[in-house]
Amino acid sequence: MTQLLVAEHPPAHRWISSRHADDVEVTQAVADPLFVRFGRTWWLALLASAPFVLWLFGAIGWLFYRGIGIWGINSTVVWGVAIANYVWWIGIGNAGTLISAMLLLTRQKWRASINRFAEAMTLFAVAIAGLMPIIHLGRPIYAYWLAPYPNTMSLWPQWRSALVWDFWAIISYLLFSILFWYVSLIPDLATMRDRAPSRAGQLLYGAFALGWRGSAREWSRLQTLHSTMAALGVPLVCSVHSIVGLDFAASLMPGWQESIFPPYFVVGAMYSGFAMVVILAAAIRWGLSLQAIITRRHFEVMARILLMASIVMFYSYATEWFMGWYGGEHSDRELVRFEFTGTYAPLFWALLACNCIIPQVLWLPVARRSLAILIAVAIAINVGMWLERILIVWNTLSHGYMPTLWRSFHFTFWDWSFLIAPLGFFAFLFLLFVRLVPSVSMFDVRELAHEEAAA
Amino acid sequence: MTATLLAEFLDGDTLKTGLTQVRSAGDDVLEAFTPYPLDGLADELGQGRSNIRPVMLAGGLGTAAFALALQWYSAIVNYPINSGGRPLNSWQVFLLVPFEVGVFAAALAGVIAFFWSCRLPRLHDPLFEIPGFERATQDRYFLLAATERDPSDLRASLRSAGAVEVTELRQP
Repeated sequence: MTQLLVAEHPPAHRWISSRHADDVEVTQAVADPLFVRFGRTWWLALLASAPFVLWLFGAIGWLFYRGIGIWGINSTVVWGVAIANYVWWIGIGNAGTLISAMLLLTRQKWRASINRFAEAMTLFAVAIAGLMPIIHLGRPIYAYWLAPYPNTMSLWPQWRSALVWDFWAIISYLLFSILFWYVSLIPDLATMRDRAPSRAGQLLYGAFALGWRGSAREWSRLQTLHSTMAALGVPLVCSVHSIVGLDFAASLMPGWQESIFPPYFVVGAMYSGFAMVVILAAAIRWGLSLQAIITRRHFEVMARILLMASIVMFYSYATEWFMGWYGGEHSDRELVRFEFTGTYAPLFWALLACNCIIPQVLWLPVARRSLAILIAVAIAINVGMWLERILIVWNTLSHGYMPTLWRSFHFTFWDWSFLIAPLGFFAFLFLLFVRLVPSVSMFDVRELAHEEAAA
Repeated sequence: MTATLLAEFLDGDTLKTGLTQVRSAGDDVLEAFTPYPLDGLADELGQGRSNIRPVMLAGGLGTAAFALALQWYSAIVNYPINSGGRPLNSWQVFLLVPFEVGVFAAALAGVIAFFWSCRLPRLHDPLFEIPGFERATQDRYFLLAATERDPSDLRASLRSAGAVEVTELRQP
């Protein structure tokens, strides 16, 4: 297939790296790859990720059968990989909607190229995150007790429990994200319906396009709805990750009982989520030959945001250490010392390197413009953010108030399973997404192209 | 006898020229179809403001109030637990759940109001029968106009504005 939009370097326009990108070319560049064979790379990638899906469901099955004792948790370190995964995945899940909604509200037109797949990333990541507390419950068959419903036991959920807040936050956020994503997808589904060569494709896309015609009324109503949802989405995202932060902050443990946790978790979520968007953007750009629409300038602005978030992260860590010392509590001070020198110190230093030191390379314009460096930094950030989450759990639980209870966490095979297999599951879902749904918002890019006079 | 014509334009600017031309001749512009949202087109067509936002506000606040009332009833009336002497009405933490479900309910109400005001989902539309109309979602700009006069006058005025194709819609 010949490439429709030829990318140029330096870019011809601010956000579209092609001399000319009229409505037809934009439509064809995004939609046509979905109507031809996807080639060997896609199939190999799908085949490679499929065993991880089986592994994940096998591991969940084994966990349901044997109980949570298969993990390295013990009577002191009662939380482990599942909780760290939960925080990490929902962090990634927060970024898609946050990026899309915030950039929409601040009228950053360049969001057109990245919002669609960032929101898809959100859906899959939140769905995976939602599994984690359930599998951690110990008695997952009673997960539905979290919902209020008339029952013969005359029981109600405990509304003061952080677990119940989590339940409502995740469910509301997941459903909200699906609506937010779907609403902006309807016009593109109509384009797919009108371009699909096969009857099956026309029926499938047509059913989901709901009879969209692109009338002025439909557009103006859609814009009203979408911008209002974006305005609601930003506080929702912040509240969701704040509630995750409250899981820790509402406890009485040293290192957790801190009022900084909610905002600090929100920044961390945006940070790891943006890093994930960089990785996925690079993959989609290469896989679907979208160099003209996802330009180097997009990567450069995302690099700047990563740099900014890295500084805020560093500041949050420093605040934690300072408050540990300034608060004067013995156990808080001990915990900070334990973080730097204790059992998990090598991981802690690795965390600081990944989240605070390595991203500083993005001060250099050369690094921001180099895709290889940027992707390496993004991977480092995601590793660092996972380490941060697991260390929040481990350090505090391993080094609480009672020295006789101090114990360490040791990884088992099943901990590794729950760490690695969800990544493959995520990749699997994402591969299906790029195959079935236009991964770039076509109508937004058409509008952008007209504004940039590239059409 | 009203005649309805659908004109196909190559870009948004000529569509707007067509719109003004039809208006100045005293004919009605019923609707416009474009591949991306053109700024202010709905206002020019006089479609007025939608009531999506008030519906969202009502849906969100109503659901949030319901969630708060449910918590209050269950924690104070139906199933009071004295946990370490804490007040039964812990309204500060009872606000978290109403906020979350309220935002979702507002979004859902908004989507329903959007569907309602645009008559979606629609299984079929007579316009879909017109050859070439499938390009309305890709790269062509359509104007739907009606006239009480001789349809050929409207056709000529649309043509002169730059329409590449003008189709008359008739009852089958």
